[in-house]
This record gives sequence, C-alpha cells and structure tokens, in this order.
Amino acid sequence: MRFAIGLLTILAIASIIGTVLKQNEPYPNYAFEFGPFWFAAFEKLGLYDVYHSSWFLLILAFLVLSTTLCIIRNGPAFLRDMKSFRERATDNSLRAMRHSQQLDRPLDEAQAMRLLQGHGLRVKRAARDDGSVLLAAKKGSANKLGYFFAHIAMVVICIGGLMDGNLPLKIGELTGSIKPETRDLPQAQIPEQSRLGTGNLSFRGSVTVPEGKSADVIFMNSGNGYLVQELPFIVTLKKFHVDYYSNGMPKLFASDIVVTDKDSGKTSEHTIKVNHPLVVDGVAIYQASFGDGGSPLQLKAWNLQTPQAAPTEIKGNSLGAQPLKVNGRDYKLEFGELRVFNVENTGAPGSDDKSLEQRLKDARSVRQDTKALKNIGPSISFKLRDQHGQAREYQHYMAPMQQDGEWYQVAGVRSDVGQPFQYLRLPLDKDMSIASFMRLYAALKDPTLYDEIRKRTTAKAMQGQAISPAMQQQFSDSVRWVLSRFAEGGFKALEQFLDDKVPADKRQAIAQTYIKILQGAVVDVMDVAQAKAGLAPWPQDAKHYRFLLDGLVGASALQDYAAPVYLEMSGFDQVQASGLQMTRSPGKNVVYLGSLLLVIGIILMFYVREVRVWLLLQRDGTRLAMTSNRHNRDLDQDFERMVGYLNKQAGEA
Amino acid sequence: MEMVLQQPLYKRLAAGDWLYALLIVVAAGYSFSLYGSAMDYYEQLILVGSSIGLVALGWFWPSWRWFFPLAGSVSLLAIQLYDHNLARAAESFGLKYLLSSQSSFMWMCTLFFLATVLYWAGTLSRAGLLMRMGSGLTWAAAVFALAGLFTRWYESYLIAADVGRIPVSNLYEVFILFCLITALMYLYYEAKFAVRQVGAFVLLVISAAVGFILWYTFDRQAHEIQPLIPALQSWWMKIHVPANFVGYGAFAMSAMIGVAQLLIRRGILASRLPSAEVLDEVMYKAIAVGFLFFTIATILGAMWAADAWGGYWSWDPKETWALIVWLNYAAWLHMRLVKGWRGEPLAWWAVVGLLVTSFAFIGVNMFLSGLHSYGAL
Repeated sequence: MRFAIGLLTILAIASIIGTVLKQNEPYPNYAFEFGPFWFAAFEKLGLYDVYHSSWFLLILAFLVLSTTLCIIRNGPAFLRDMKSFRERATDNSLRAMRHSQQLDRPLDEAQAMRLLQGHGLRVKRAARDDGSVLLAAKKGSANKLGYFFAHIAMVVICIGGLMDGNLPLKIGELTGSIKPETRDLPQAQIPEQSRLGTGNLSFRGSVTVPEGKSADVIFMNSGNGYLVQELPFIVTLKKFHVDYYSNGMPKLFASDIVVTDKDSGKTSEHTIKVNHPLVVDGVAIYQASFGDGGSPLQLKAWNLQTPQAAPTEIKGNSLGAQPLKVNGRDYKLEFGELRVFNVENTGAPGSDDKSLEQRLKDARSVRQDTKALKNIGPSISFKLRDQHGQAREYQHYMAPMQQDGEWYQVAGVRSDVGQPFQYLRLPLDKDMSIASFMRLYAALKDPTLYDEIRKRTTAKAMQGQAISPAMQQQFSDSVRWVLSRFAEGGFKALEQFLDDKVPADKRQAIAQTYIKILQGAVVDVMDVAQAKAGLAPWPQDAKHYRFLLDGLVGASALQDYAAPVYLEMSGFDQVQASGLQMTRSPGKNVVYLGSLLLVIGIILMFYVREVRVWLLLQRDGTRLAMTSNRHNRDLDQDFERMVGYLNKQAGEA
Repeated sequence: MEMVLQQPLYKRLAAGDWLYALLIVVAAGYSFSLYGSAMDYYEQLILVGSSIGLVALGWFWPSWRWFFPLAGSVSLLAIQLYDHNLARAAESFGLKYLLSSQSSFMWMCTLFFLATVLYWAGTLSRAGLLMRMGSGLTWAAAVFALAGLFTRWYESYLIAADVGRIPVSNLYEVFILFCLITALMYLYYEAKFAVRQVGAFVLLVISAAVGFILWYTFDRQAHEIQPLIPALQSWWMKIHVPANFVGYGAFAMSAMIGVAQLLIRRGILASRLPSAEVLDEVMYKAIAVGFLFFTIATILGAMWAADAWGGYWSWDPKETWALIVWLNYAAWLHMRLVKGWRGEPLAWWAVVGLLVTSFAFIGVNMFLSGLHSYGAL
C-alpha cells in the first residue's frame, strides 16, 4: 500500500513534467531551448516523450503488479467477511460493539425473524449451548464487492492501455529490428527497418493526402525520427471541405474519401468529419487537420531594378521550389503554403476605450461575438534563396485591402523565421494595380530625372513664395540631395544622416524640412514619371496626393524588402490537402470494460451501506447489536429506532 | 409492517414522488413532440437519461422538486418574452433587467455576493435569521443561474440556427455552471447536516468564481455567444462537461469545509461553527460524490476523445491533470478508508486538493498548451 502510494506519487510528478514540457516536438527545438548539455540529459531521461519512456511504463507495470498483489492478498479475507454472518459472535464481542443494548424482555424468535427478513436482511440462526438463539443478519454485502470491482478495474484499464501502448515497438527498437528514419525521404525509399507491416495490432499515426491523391501508409513519430505503418487499404481524397460561420469561425472540416481494400480491390466512398470518424478493418480514420496540397499559382514578377517595366508572368506550385533568374543572378524560389482564407481579427480590441457605463451595458446585452473576424483573402508565402543560401521569407496577400478608405496591396517580409513579419502596403491606382506605384518608385530611384524634378519643385516653391530668390540654388540642391538620399535607403537613410551629422537640438527642425521637401517633390516626381511613360499628368487633388504620400512610405519600405523582384500573386488553382489520423487500438474495449467496473466499484463502495444486526434471544431478555461499514448518523438513528421498536414489541408480547 | 431500519429510496416513494415524476415525464414528452425530429439518436437517449436523472434527483432531494420547475418556468417566461426575436432583449423591460441570460447572470452574481455577506454576518453574530436569509439568497442565485443557462441556450438559437448549442462550451459558461453546481451541492448538505454556518466558507469560493466571471465579462467581453468549433460539435459535451463540474464543485466545497474544520481545530470561531467531526463527515461525503462524478466525467472524456482525437488517451495536458486530480483524491479516500485517517491531515489535504483541482480547471488553460485549448483567457 505504501509502496503503491509512492509509485502513484512518482507517476503524478512524471505526468506533471510531461504537461509542462511540450511533448514530441522536433528534436532541434529542444536542442535550441535547452542547450547541448541539458538537451542530451533530458533525452537520456526520455523527457521528450515521458509517457512512452521505459521508466514510465515500468512504473505503470509495477502499479499493475502491486494492485494485483493487493487483490490477491486481501481478497480472500474480504470474500470470507462478505460471506460470513458472524453468527459465532460471543456475548463479549456483542457487548463491546458501539451500538449494543441489553433489553430485559425476551423476544419471540418467529417475530424476530419476521422483523429482520421484512427489512430485506438475510438471517442466519445459531443455537447456543446455553439455550439462547443468535440471529445474525446482514444486508448490503455488495459494498465489499465494490472493492474488487474498483481494484480489478485498475488492472484491466492498465492492461488495455498496455495493449495499445507501443511496447512491441519499444522492444523492436531495443533489439534493433526496428529503426526510426530520421531523413526526409520519399515514401517509397524508406528502408524496410523503418516500416511496420499491416499485421501490427496497435498503432496511431497520420498522413497528409492532397486532393486527388492517395495514401496507403501513415507516419508515426518515434523519438527523433518516424516510422512508416502500412495500411491494409488505400485512402484517396476526393475533396476537402471547410465551412465557416457567418462570423468567420470554422464550422465544418470534412473529407470525401474513397477507401480501396488492398486484397479485394473493393472500393467504398465515405465522408469523414471531426467527431465522426470512419472505421475500416478495425482502423479508425479521423479528420485531424488540413492544409495546402500544392496548388498551381500564377504570379507577376516586377523587377525592382526596372520597376517601370511591365512585369513578367511566372508559374509555380505552392509547396514546390523552382529556379528564378533575375538580372543575371540565380535564385531559388521556394513556395510555402497557399492559404485561401486568412481570417483575422480586424476589429479594435473592444474593451480598451470604453466607459464603465458602456461596459455595464455590454455585459447586459446578449449578442453574438462582435469581434470583427474578417477574411482578408488568399496569401502565399515563399522564400527567395540567393546563391549563398541566404533567404528571406515573404508573405504576399492577393486581395486588395482597404484601409481608411483607400486600397492597398499588402506584403510581409522577415529575415528570420522566429520574427514577426514586417508589412509593407503599396497603394493601388484606379485600376486596382500597383503599376502606378511602380512608376513612382522607378522615378524616385532614377538620378537622371532629379534635375528635371528639382527644377519643377524649386519653381513651384518660388511661385508660392515659400523661399526667397536668394535661397533658390540652395533649395534646389537640397531637393536633389534629399531625393538621392531617399533613393539610397528611404526614410531610414535620412534619419541616419540626421543622427550622425546634426546636433540633437536641431534634428527636429531639419527633419521637418526634409519631410516638407519630399512631400513637395513627390508631386513632381510623379509628373515626371507620367511624362516619361507618355501618360497624362495626374490631377492635383487630395486623393492623388494621399496616394503619393503612401507611395513614399511604400517606397521606403521596399528598401527593407531586399529582394531583386516583387512577386504579385495574380491567380491560383486551389488544391487542398487533408490530414488524416489513423488508429488501431485493440485495447479500447478493454479500457472501457475496466472503466465500467471502476464506476460500479466506486458506487458499491461509497453508496451501498452494509448493515449487520444481531439479535441474541435469551430466556430472560434480548441483546441487540448493530454495525455498519460507515459510522454515520444513519446507524445512530436506525439503532435508536430499533431499540424503541423492540422495547414496544417485547412489552406487548 | 412498521419499518424500523432506513429503507432504500425506491421503497419509500409516496404519491407526491410519483406526481413529480409524472411532471418530468410529461415535460420530457412535450419537448420530444416539439423537437424530437431535430434530435439524433444520441440526443434522444440523452433526453431519456436526463429525465430519469431529474426524477431520481427529485426523489432523492425534495428541494429539487420546486427548484428545477421554478428555474424552468423562469426561463420559459424569458422565452415567451423573447417571442423569437433577439432584439427584444433590449426592448422588453422584463428581459432587459431580469430575465435575459446576461441579466440573470448579473443577478446571480449580485445575489451570491449578498449571500456571502449575510452568511458571514449571521455566523459572526450567531443570528440564525441572517443565515437563513443567506441560504434563501443562495437558492435565488441558483435559480437565476440555471434559468439563465436555459435562456442562454435558447438565445444561441435566436442568433442563428447553426450557432445554437448548449451553454457549457467555454470558460465563461462553465464558471457559471461551477457556481450553480457548487451552490446546489452545498445547499443539499446544509439541509442534511444542519451546518448552515459553513455557508460562510463555501460561498467564499463561489464569490471568487463570481469575481472571475465579472472580470471576464467586463474586461474580456467573454459573455458573447460564439458558435462551436468542429471539435466541440458533439453530444458528448452535453454529458462530459456537467459531470466534470459536479466533481470540481464537490472538491471546491470539501476544501472550504476543510478550511472551516482547520479553524475550529485551532479554536478560531469554534463556538460559532458546527463540530469538527460533523464537518469531517460532510467533507468526506463531498469528496466521495465528487470522486464518483469526476471518474465518470474522465471516462466520458476518454470516450469522447476516442471519437474526436483518434485515441481515448493522448496524454494531453488536461487529461494528464485530470489523472493527477483523480490520483490525488483516490489517495485521499484510501487514507481515510484504509488507514483510518481523520481530521486535520485530511482537512489540509482537501485544501491542497483544491489547488490541484484549480490548476487542472483553469491553470492548464492559462499556462499549458494542448488539445483543450478553447478556454484560453
């Protein structure tokens, strides 16, 4: 018992470790988190998969053993006690019971028998040498059965669990007949020692199937690698469905699948949903996840060295990789996932700026959630890797996004996977295209245009009497300088200059001047760009001016974008993939049986009251004694009533 | 023959008991005639099962016979006022200030706070009247809680047919369930063991939960009704969650009784509280019933997991902590039943048990990740 409690404590502590430390993560994540020393130490202890480590299973086995021993050791005595009426109880032991009383009137045996049996008690009669008769009665012996049920249940549940555990795998790995694969190989090339046959009784793994494709194996994590489990059938995904509620939350994930039996070739069609698995050949198939299955994409590539030029069309496949040649250099374009729905919370976090009154009102009102969940449309992520293997990651949204009444194209960039994306938003012209922005960007970066631009800007400043004639040349030079500085590195380059060269107390004023110059010059930049492209100049109104200011911000941000080419997604053909989990667990019903036994056991133990009554019928009196397995107030009351009743009966007799 | 020993419940039934049973059966039959066509096989089974459960509960605990129909009538009145139109919540006076689910819950919160104050005032001043008022307010709060949950269930269908669902699916709703169940269990033991002074302690834990509900409502707007994500769209939720909260409620109550017991044993408030022995027994009873329901809930959870997650046991943090809670109380019961422990050590253990239980209930959602992630703060 003490040993068992000790084991339970260790088990509880081990379980806690398993909940605090995320289990079954890829090993590099652990190595990164703990450093080389602790990573190795924790790996030795099996902490990355506590619940399947040898020592954890050993504790479980010990618990089963200890509970079994407990049943074997205490069982027979319990059974004896359950059967026994204790009709051989001596006068002394009867007297010593807490609920015991000597009545001075004798009681008729037949009457006593009726009384006891009428209450559903089973009675055993024992005649004694001194002529008295002891009626030993009891009910509620099932209480003791509860002990058996509950403890056998623990053993049964553990056995069921071990049946579904990976014990055979562990043994296979120890003896070397099974070896997890750690390389990323095509399925067909995975060696035999990492494959498990269809005869394997118990497994749990998963596989991702793109639409129109099939799978006849699943993959199981095992330590640092994985194992391949062969299935007795082939699963083909016809179509994957996602439905959304009107507020953008997912409502349904479902896969239309075709299952083909490998032996008979028979096929059957099914739809599986979350919470509605399909069972085939004892293998349960679950809808576990979903994602992109490799979708054909169409993109427009804008060369950022010559942004004014029309983009070239390129084709690709999400999740695929392809070479890309830009300005004579070789790059590798690695596509990530195509996400058709990007549901984001675009609303302001509601509670921040509300009055108490408003909050009280909100708390009273019954509403559906008002979080502005909104689908902001498809996105593609990709990496552009240069010859040195350096890569940046990009995330481009396809649909225009409206902000403060104007439309933009949004793209994110980051140089490190651990960082959040930095987003740039490029203003869209009246054709919902980024062509105008690219024209502006090209002109901003083209030094040959600066002379024409500064001439126009200076003339305008003179006309508006913003500068004196004496300042004319100096102003003109400033425009040129600010433009070229901006072309080098955007707002950051200007800031850098201020920080390096200008005394702190003057920075603010000079920065204001630069901004004003830029804001004035950008109008002329666009005019020059339009003229160069042979297009009509833009009207001078607030809407177009805002575009130009947004264009400056976008152009500055493009400096950090650090790619030779800007890829605009123009179309796609979605192919989804469904993540299917498959389980064969022969121990399940054993565990359920154990669970049933456990519940019955607990009910019997706690809610069946065992009561024993002894009536010793003497020639000149009666002794009443009662016990119950629980010293509760019910027994006190029962005993009191019994004494009163017997006194009355005896009096009448 | 005159019955001297206590008879099993089924042998003691009188006309009133059967009348109550008839009421429940008629109500269930009427519900079935209205909605039977929209129920699947499992939901029909649940209707039958819950009718049996309601009858049994009413037979076992007479107060339930007026409590449940009263809460039901209150929410039927609310439904009547709604008249199939959610906008009425802001127009109808009765809904706006009393009967819409949010108003009901706000009343519940207020009444629980008041009850706590009255219980303490009554216990400290030995005023039976104040304590009786405390118990009355606790009953009233429980009526608002249950009626509010029923009404919220209806409101979810008014938002949209596909949003409709039983309100036990997020942290906000289960906190209300927790308050309701803990209060009801306490009221049962209060009447059975005449331990009204303990209300001061049990209501403290309910008040803490109420405080959380208010913070969650005002600061996080958590009261808004959201539809069910696919993983939760299962009839298992209807039985798994309530069973779990009977367990949590019972464990919370036993811990507060443990606190009272520890104070008494140190001579604090000893003259104002019931004897430590009585509290010891109530504490044991609460843990026993909590253990039974927690076991059932965990098994139901495993069966649900086998349908939803691909295995009856995945060592998900919530599952693992449920196991730890279970082991904790299994050990507690062994110590009491096998080793014969009583009094102080078990009272301390019950108090520590509440910490373990709270972690399993809220801590896992706050600090650990896993499959039970829908109750995030």
